[in-house]
Amino acid sequence: MNRHLISAADLSRDDALLILDTAEELARMSDRPIKKLPTLRGRTVVNLFFEDSTRTRISFEAAAKRLSADVINFSAKGSSVAKGESLKDTALTLEAMGADAVVIRHDASGAPHRLAGWIRGHVVNAGDGMHEHPTQALLDAFTIRRRLGRGTGGLDGVRVTIVGDVLHSRVARSNIALLNILGAEVTLVAPPTLLPIAVDGWSCEVSYDLDAVLPKSDVIMMLRVQKERMTAAYFPSVREYSRRYGLDAGRMAMLPEHAIVMHPGPMNRGVEIAAEVADSPRSTIVEQVANGVSVRMAVLYLLLGGAELTGEPR
Amino acid sequence: MHARTDSGNTDSGNAGDGSTSDGNTGGGTSGGQDGESPGSCKRVLEPAEIRRVLTRIAHEILERTHGADDIVLLGIPTRGVPLAQRLAERAAEFEGRPVPWGSLDVTMYRDDLRLRPARALGRTELPADGIDGKTIVIVDDVLYSGRTVRAALDALTDLGRPRSVQLAVLVDRGHRELPIRADYVGKNLPTSQRETVRVHLAETDGEDAVLLGEWKGALA
Repeated sequence: MNRHLISAADLSRDDALLILDTAEELARMSDRPIKKLPTLRGRTVVNLFFEDSTRTRISFEAAAKRLSADVINFSAKGSSVAKGESLKDTALTLEAMGADAVVIRHDASGAPHRLAGWIRGHVVNAGDGMHEHPTQALLDAFTIRRRLGRGTGGLDGVRVTIVGDVLHSRVARSNIALLNILGAEVTLVAPPTLLPIAVDGWSCEVSYDLDAVLPKSDVIMMLRVQKERMTAAYFPSVREYSRRYGLDAGRMAMLPEHAIVMHPGPMNRGVEIAAEVADSPRSTIVEQVANGVSVRMAVLYLLLGGAELTGEPR
Repeated sequence: MHARTDSGNTDSGNAGDGSTSDGNTGGGTSGGQDGESPGSCKRVLEPAEIRRVLTRIAHEILERTHGADDIVLLGIPTRGVPLAQRLAERAAEFEGRPVPWGSLDVTMYRDDLRLRPARALGRTELPADGIDGKTIVIVDDVLYSGRTVRAALDALTDLGRPRSVQLAVLVDRGHRELPIRADYVGKNLPTSQRETVRVHLAETDGEDAVLLGEWKGALA
């Protein structure tokens, strides 16, 4: 494992499998009467959130608390950041408070990378701009592996289709990287305006026809239409987007029997995913949230639980 | 000797008994692993002896617990688990009814986590009935510093409230660092702290044996 988790692309296959296997053991703990382990007692984890988030912040908080770490939540609203403090000054403040790990979400791509250069603690990227969201990709891979009964192996040969706003999606970037590392075959489906120009260089297929891809998918991952990041008109209307790229009951019926439907949340019901699909037994959306806690526990444990590595990363 | 390297890999990658059996907990020998090389290896227990010893322990457990009423055998990964299974099978054979067994991973409860890079977790698997009100017999391969057992007691506390807890080990090599002793001992093996004790089991290493080796460490 590296010292920080900034990008899913930094993980080796062994690292990724170690995280998933650790999460698998930790997930079994959620049935226990006492859902707490003493492992990170005395360690401090700071949740540094410059962007709104409910599930990711709560998920990291729950994960750290189940490992007995002390958690400090820091959101930019109502803090000195609102008064104009820079990221670096904030980082140095956290450093002075003795943060062993900083979980950061920031609207600027690359902020976690910068932070890692300023502080001694471990940095975990909880989503930076349009760059990456590695723990989301890990929990998605974990969910796929469990649902498709892949045991403790990789995802070799699993056909994953990612649909929607790839351009603005850090979830898509992290997922493509990690799914490739784990051996899955990724197909992107999106309107041409919502695909990044660099998509040619990514190791995945691209299609503009959702109906053609559905029967050949083991996993379909719907992305949220990110209105808050859209600075121009990327498609004519929400209705038209929904008709061409939304997943409704009719389209779900075209999937193979075993296929699952995923969504990183929060959902725009009726836009990229119909309510009846989101609530169907094939949907893993609620499971993804539960799995998120286990995966984040695994990440925090593997980064913080062992000896401090001095010198070169393993 | 050839199997030694194999099990060395398993140990370093795995949670439980690595430290107890290869003797790295006790001497505070961080970084000593690299300099470790087998000097002379002596076979202390042969397969037939291990078989006899486990049969005796199974009888002792039955005697002490009055016929294995409400007992659960919990092995500590890696090598405590097959030992717990063997003991449970033997006890079941003698009593003519099943004896529940499972595994108890103690990695997250260890006090030496910060001395080494984070390690992979083992599995905790309890019988369906749980452990509340039961007599638990913790099973491990080597008893050394006692720190693994301390971690196991903590782990048990988070899983339920057993009526009592006992400890069975295949080898007791001495050098305790905590006030802990075993209720059932396969073999008392006087050792020096510089020696290593390795337990090989058919399930994990392809053969049954207890090996005593000279540790020619890099410690000056």
